[in-house]
Amino acid sequence: MEIIYVYTRKRSEFGRPCSFSDRPATVNVDIPPDPSMASNFVLRNPVDSSVQHTSDISAHEVNTERVEVESRGVNHVEGGWPKDINPQEMEQTIRFRKKVEKDENYINTIMHLGTLMEHCVKQNNAINIYEEYFGEEDTAEVEDEPPSAKTINVISKLTSFFDVLLSKRDPNVTKRTATHLSWHPDTCRKLAVAYSSLEFQQNTKDMSFDSYIWDLENSNKPELVLKPSSPLVSLEYNPKDSHVLVGGCYNGQMAYWDTRKGGLPVEVSTVELSHRDPVYGAIWLQSKTGTECFSASTDGQVLWWDIRKLSEPTESLVLDITRKGLLENALGAISLEFEPTMPTKFMVGTEQGIIIACNRKAKTPPEKITSTYSSHIGPVYALARNPFYPKVFLSVGDWTARIWSEETKESPIMWTKCHLSYLTDGCWSTVRPSVFFTTRSDGTLDVWDFLFKQNNPSLSLKVCNEPLSSLRLQDNGCIIGCGSKLGTVTLLEISSGLCTLQRNEKTLATAMFERETKREKILEARHREMRLKERARSEGQGTEVEETLLEDPQEVLDRARREFFEVIEAEMQRRTRAEARGLLSKVPGMAWTCTCSRDPPLPRGRGQGSVSAFQVKDHMADEVAMQEEESQLPKDKEEEEEEEKG
Amino acid sequence: AEVEETLKRIQAHKGVMATMVINAEGIPVRTTLDNSTTVQYAGLLHQLTVKARSTVRDLDPQNDLTFLRIRSKKHEIMIAPDKEYLLIVIQNPCE
Repeated sequence: MEIIYVYTRKRSEFGRPCSFSDRPATVNVDIPPDPSMASNFVLRNPVDSSVQHTSDISAHEVNTERVEVESRGVNHVEGGWPKDINPQEMEQTIRFRKKVEKDENYINTIMHLGTLMEHCVKQNNAINIYEEYFGEEDTAEVEDEPPSAKTINVISKLTSFFDVLLSKRDPNVTKRTATHLSWHPDTCRKLAVAYSSLEFQQNTKDMSFDSYIWDLENSNKPELVLKPSSPLVSLEYNPKDSHVLVGGCYNGQMAYWDTRKGGLPVEVSTVELSHRDPVYGAIWLQSKTGTECFSASTDGQVLWWDIRKLSEPTESLVLDITRKGLLENALGAISLEFEPTMPTKFMVGTEQGIIIACNRKAKTPPEKITSTYSSHIGPVYALARNPFYPKVFLSVGDWTARIWSEETKESPIMWTKCHLSYLTDGCWSTVRPSVFFTTRSDGTLDVWDFLFKQNNPSLSLKVCNEPLSSLRLQDNGCIIGCGSKLGTVTLLEISSGLCTLQRNEKTLATAMFERETKREKILEARHREMRLKERARSEGQGTEVEETLLEDPQEVLDRARREFFEVIEAEMQRRTRAEARGLLSKVPGMAWTCTCSRDPPLPRGRGQGSVSAFQVKDHMADEVAMQEEESQLPKDKEEEEEEEKG
Repeated sequence: AEVEETLKRIQAHKGVMATMVINAEGIPVRTTLDNSTTVQYAGLLHQLTVKARSTVRDLDPQNDLTFLRIRSKKHEIMIAPDKEYLLIVIQNPCE
């Protein structure tokens, strides 16, 4: 039996907005029970039916809070004495001891143990079984294993720990970038990390300003918390005194800490005389007192400080490449480089992609800037000198890393290919002269060995998913720490093949750098010559123009018309010649010499020499076009070309 | 008396820096070092001996610890354990 209710609607009413109305309930169908149908059914008693009973179980996951384990030592103080004896009283203890010594058991035991002990003592005196037996084996095998690196530790900022301490804060502690890493100079077991948020004006109110010093043994809790008044962008240990650190703040101030005195800075520089922008580079200087440092920031200044008196900088330099010392023209500095072996020179990498080499000891401020290298398209994020060859330095910025030699200022001597992501930091290896490391903004760490392979990194490791912002190699060259945008610091140990000096490496690296430098010098010389020629030619034309300016307007008009027609004629001639050339032969060089033989030989105004012949060979298309428009051709060039072809 | 003689003999050997006798409760009965150091050695070495003995017995119930030598950079600590007492000798092995 079906129950059907029919609902009709006119086609023309489709799509009309519904208008709802209320009406009381109406019964559509009413089916009363029909007792006569009961006869169709038979009552059945008993009936089998199954029932299942299970207890209600629910699955639940519980994650316990991380257990905080702290190592503590307990010093054993006198104990174990029987109740009636006071350990402080000498008499009682002596009496007790005497009593023990009278015990028979004691005597037997000691006799037995005594013989045993004597045996061992004599053994020790007779021969030293732990001496070095195989010390002379030579360990000069070639490392055949592929380069690899192993993560040894990941330090991430604890959020839950700080919840407990600072209960007023937001449960989600904002993640800050690890902007700078500095290893402890002596032990290399401690790492100082500066945390700050480098996004413009992204500082939320609950972001903590602290930076930490981590001990590698205990990566759960920082060893020391540094509390500046504004987040630290850069942080450095003093290489001479390992308790002192200097930090550059986000608001431009400089602060220094003494780890023996706790987490608050010992002294902070005054706001008026500090930088106006975050201090991106802060490095200690070599000085007798060991208290001098200098800092650079994007406000265009480089300031020198003595930490004993941080109220004002001792010296300052404005990074103005026009050498006028104007702050408006200054370039913002993003990285700073200083090599202790060359104490008067330092380099600054700017936001505009120019590297400025400066000399601190110059007499006048404009002379302080010795030279500039226009290197990258974007900010130069890292600058590092090769510890073995101080004239060679590495600059990291935009999508490439480039190696420069101080002598060639126009272009780098070597460079890596363009990557898909920005390069954020780089440094040389302290043990191998041709190895350097770079980090990228897709979270990859690249290890380059330029003697082995130049077009690809020797080892490319994906460290994390967020961009890596800073990189630092430990002094022994084996452990490298990289900080990421979310504040995680990862420590990696690289395989020994990449951190032990190979046999001829130093000589090979020297040879490579010299070769590249020489190549660049030759290129530079050639470019300079070409430019000189261009200039000479344009100057020649310039003098003609000057003369014609003295004519009066009518003559100018006539001359212009004449020249116009000449140009058109020349163009038409060139076209006919081009057609002819196409018919004549396929070798453009030969055709060129053939066509040139038609032109009248003209006076040799140009500089001669093999260099210009090379130029002509290289830039043949340009030269041909230029030649035919100007129709200048010394004859001996023709002959040279023919000689070379022949 | 014999005890004295034995201990003196051990102490007289070349390189021996100190000798101690400790009872089962960690009380130094006889020592050639000062009290605080002895007490420190007593507490630490007693626990170590117990642990070592239990390890040996766990590995083989028939076995038992007879002697324990701890060689460190600076010296060697030799422990002769017994049910009730410990004889500890610190020696600087000649190298």
